[in-house]
Amino acid sequence: MLESVKHVFLVLSGKGGVGKSTVSSQVALALKESGFKVGLLDIDLCGPSIPYLLDLEVEDVHQSSEGWVPVFADSEQKLAVMSIGFLLKNRNDSIVWRGPKKTSMIKQFLTDVVWQDIDYLIIDTPPGTSDEHITVMENLRNVKCDGAIVITTPQAVSVDDVLKEITFCRKTGIPIVGIVENMSGFVCPSCSECTNIFSSNGGVSLSEMVNVPFITKVPIDPTIGKLELRGHSILKMYPDSEMSKAFSKIVLEITKSKEA
Amino acid sequence: MLQNFIFNYIDCPGIQSKNAGKVSTCAGCPNQSVCSLSSTKLANPEIVLVHKRLSLVKYKIIILSGKGGVGKSTITSLISRTIASENENKNVAILDIDICGPSQPRVLGALGEQVHQSASGWSPVYIEDNLSLMSIGFLLNNSSDAIIWRGPKKNGIIKQFLSEVDWGSLDYLILDTPPGTSDEHMSAATYLKEADITGAIIVTTPQEVALIDVRKEIDFCKKVNIPILGLIENMNIFICPKCKNSAEIFPALTGGAKQMSEDLNVELLGCLPLDPLLARCCDEGKNALIEIPNSPAILILKTIVQSNNFQLYIFLFSVSSLYKFNNINYLKLYQEYF
Repeated sequence: MLESVKHVFLVLSGKGGVGKSTVSSQVALALKESGFKVGLLDIDLCGPSIPYLLDLEVEDVHQSSEGWVPVFADSEQKLAVMSIGFLLKNRNDSIVWRGPKKTSMIKQFLTDVVWQDIDYLIIDTPPGTSDEHITVMENLRNVKCDGAIVITTPQAVSVDDVLKEITFCRKTGIPIVGIVENMSGFVCPSCSECTNIFSSNGGVSLSEMVNVPFITKVPIDPTIGKLELRGHSILKMYPDSEMSKAFSKIVLEITKSKEA
Repeated sequence: MLQNFIFNYIDCPGIQSKNAGKVSTCAGCPNQSVCSLSSTKLANPEIVLVHKRLSLVKYKIIILSGKGGVGKSTITSLISRTIASENENKNVAILDIDICGPSQPRVLGALGEQVHQSASGWSPVYIEDNLSLMSIGFLLNNSSDAIIWRGPKKNGIIKQFLSEVDWGSLDYLILDTPPGTSDEHMSAATYLKEADITGAIIVTTPQEVALIDVRKEIDFCKKVNIPILGLIENMNIFICPKCKNSAEIFPALTGGAKQMSEDLNVELLGCLPLDPLLARCCDEGKNALIEIPNSPAILILKTIVQSNNFQLYIFLFSVSSLYKFNNINYLKLYQEYF
């Protein structure tokens, strides 16, 4: 089913809670706003966040003769989304599965979803270097994977784990587009003092250490968590914010590598 | 004859069954005499090994969260350090079962240490006289090495960690886990349940996107029958070091951990503010209890650990006869009683 997909990008991080899903969903929304047809696949089975972030929690996946029909985030059907969250009856239900079951689910996501002709498929992943990652890597061998965007936060505890993820990419031959440093500095709303809550420059020094391009720093901005922003591109809603400048850099990096 | 055998095979109740060797199809089976002996209904030998190794550990606490990056490792290290520093005659150990992203060696300042093998098992790394640590980080040659393992291999190492580490005599064993509800958690739950796990402490941050995953973890605990000691909300407010005004970095738009604790009937143990100095202590492996003793995050965590409720909880939950009443709110019960 991925033959009709023009470009595949992975969003990876060894560490959890660094903003993989936020970046994935915002990148997908931004690409859609730029006129592309986009697919967003969430392979985090134990903790799917994409349905919430795109405000699609009530949606269901339908079965057609060709396969699973993804959920469309917009009426023009330019952003197709697939996540295990759409298959759960109750949002509090846990998926208590060991590796082999997760593997077969992800295989189905990669082979049985009718993506139709999309320009970009963004794959959001769980933290780690285990079953989910190995399965995606193995199944993408036959499809051209354009590369991985690696997300980290600045502190050393996170950089340690992300370093392992980069080793994973190198060992398995996934090209790395670049590193994004998220939660980099918080500007106090009362006094405008910028505090590096989670230290600073971890992403830059990581990119130098492993010789991978550094894409951008995304500052901490509680706006991104606002309920009314769910499902909307920050580039459209707050075009002048530091955050949207950072996201447009990531999008530029993705569309640039397409031309190359 | 062959047909008869196949027939028997299909209807075999299995050696785990109560009826093994007793049902009509067992008649004529060559293994009937073996199956009908009760001694053959042994438990999984691995579980027996774990039970043997950990049976003398008084309290076995597992730190869980469905979400990553909420502070499981930080809170594990702080709870352990607090218990260890306040009870010099009690031995505390941390077992880090995050195989793909072990953080404890860095947080406890033990990067680059090695574990040694002895006749009685692996010797853990000692952080203090009464605080020891085991993590896969100590088994890697290089800190950038990735552990690219599927589930069964991860389960194998967790089993070894639980059954082959020579902890000495222990009062507290605290497990730090990766995010999710998958192999690592199921293995730890299976092995530890037989070894009488005391309970789980669940860590969350205030925003809904984290709470969604944490609710799943609470559902997991209920499914596998691990008692929940309580919930700790981390990173709940940020106090600007310059103007001292507080800001919500991860806004609790859906009521945060407090609302969730009420909805799901789980005790909220406390809320820790976001302290950049604490993050730095973790990065540098320094003991935050000594470096920043007056940080609100440290003070609140200490209160949680020292509180009667917490002590009472772990005591009550460690009495295994109370296990069956998993869903009862013990604190309420206790307060009503007195």
